[in-house]
Amino acid sequence: MASTEPAVVCSGLVRRYGERRALDGIDLTLGQGQTLVVFGPNGAGKTTLLRVLATLLRPSDGEASLLGSDLRKEGWKVRSQIGFLGHQSLCYGDLTARENLRYHARLHGVEDPAARIEALLEQTGLSDRGDERVFGYSRGMLQRLAICRAVLHEPQLLLLDEPRSNLDPAAVEQVEPLIGAAAGRTRVIASHDPAGGLAEADLVLGLRDGATILLEPAEQVTTEQIGELYR
Amino acid sequence: MSTTRPPSTLSAARAVLYKELTLERRAPQTLTAMALFCASTFVIFHFALGRNEVEGAIASGVLWVTLTLAALLGIGRSFVADREEGGLDGFLLAPAPRTALLVAKATTLLIFLLIVGFFASVIFSVLLLGPTPKASQWASLALLILLADLGIALVGTLIAGIAIQTRARDLITSILALPLLIPLLIAVTKASEPLLSVGGGTLAWRWLALLGLYDLIFGLLAYALFDYLVED
Repeated sequence: MASTEPAVVCSGLVRRYGERRALDGIDLTLGQGQTLVVFGPNGAGKTTLLRVLATLLRPSDGEASLLGSDLRKEGWKVRSQIGFLGHQSLCYGDLTARENLRYHARLHGVEDPAARIEALLEQTGLSDRGDERVFGYSRGMLQRLAICRAVLHEPQLLLLDEPRSNLDPAAVEQVEPLIGAAAGRTRVIASHDPAGGLAEADLVLGLRDGATILLEPAEQVTTEQIGELYR
Repeated sequence: MSTTRPPSTLSAARAVLYKELTLERRAPQTLTAMALFCASTFVIFHFALGRNEVEGAIASGVLWVTLTLAALLGIGRSFVADREEGGLDGFLLAPAPRTALLVAKATTLLIFLLIVGFFASVIFSVLLLGPTPKASQWASLALLILLADLGIALVGTLIAGIAIQTRARDLITSILALPLLIPLLIAVTKASEPLLSVGGGTLAWRWLALLGLYDLIFGLLAYALFDYLVED
């Protein structure tokens, strides 16, 4: 794969739920290693966009491709390159953190999963409680575990829905090497934090009712413009 | 830096199966509910029929209606943890073949049905069954339970795969599963009847063949359709 190939390309991307257009003709191109931050009020289509890019939802119309693969026809090709962090941890409450990660590692075919799992639990400060069942975890611990799950297979592309929610400042620092800019991965982040989101964005997308209101390089966008989206 | 290689169907199915059995071992809800349902239903039949013992067609009917309704409980619960905790998304995000989920879910349901089938047969023989089947008849009954449970597991997983995508999932399970299970129920009750009769009979192979054909057809249908059902 050529390194100059865009990581994400959307062209007239539409996703409908019945009659309602949750995404209404999104056009964007994101280069490899870049970060797109998506802003917009609740129901604007941020989560839907992430779920379409994660291959969990099919586009109703238009085109979307990741790392050169058309999501409609070749979604299976890129799944191993996607790390998705949504509102749910996607971990089972009656399994321990280690068991959950082992399960996901097997589904992704991670080689030497034990070493990778221990490294991630250590990194996120969950190592001591890795043998406890997840249902007893606080929301912050669950979010850290979900981040471990999302990056377990070392994906090229991270799709992150409010990744730092429920995390205290210390935890934010712990997960930074995994999901921050330093990780060197292409990222699409849904955020409600204008200043924080803008600080890590290369490209900013503003959505309202599924439609693009703002699509600009981050250096040309102000926090006031983002604030306008929520009024 | 760890590397990854997409898992084979077998490898992914083993991972899901291990997870399913671990979850049931930790919180044994499905098996307990199915077993309790069977025991309660036999007691209800005992009083409803006004008999201490049943045999032949009635025995066969009571046993299989009870097992089928108990199976509906298992089918209804087969994707509950995945739906409530996002496990289905977790699976769909992985580069694992979707068939692995069908294989693992159907195998899990089959294991549960076999355990409940064994338990129910013992309780049924103690509480209601008049004649005492010989060892060869128990063996034939075991073969019938295996074939019928395989069919129920395949149809059940297919229906559960449809139901999980709908809001009326609890209704869909019963509404779709029971009509599809009618041919299986006819075959297995007819085949069981002579085995549960006074004097004892032998297994009618044509019913056994029908069960085998049913399993084959629904196995192929499930294999062909399951990917489309679980994906958006």
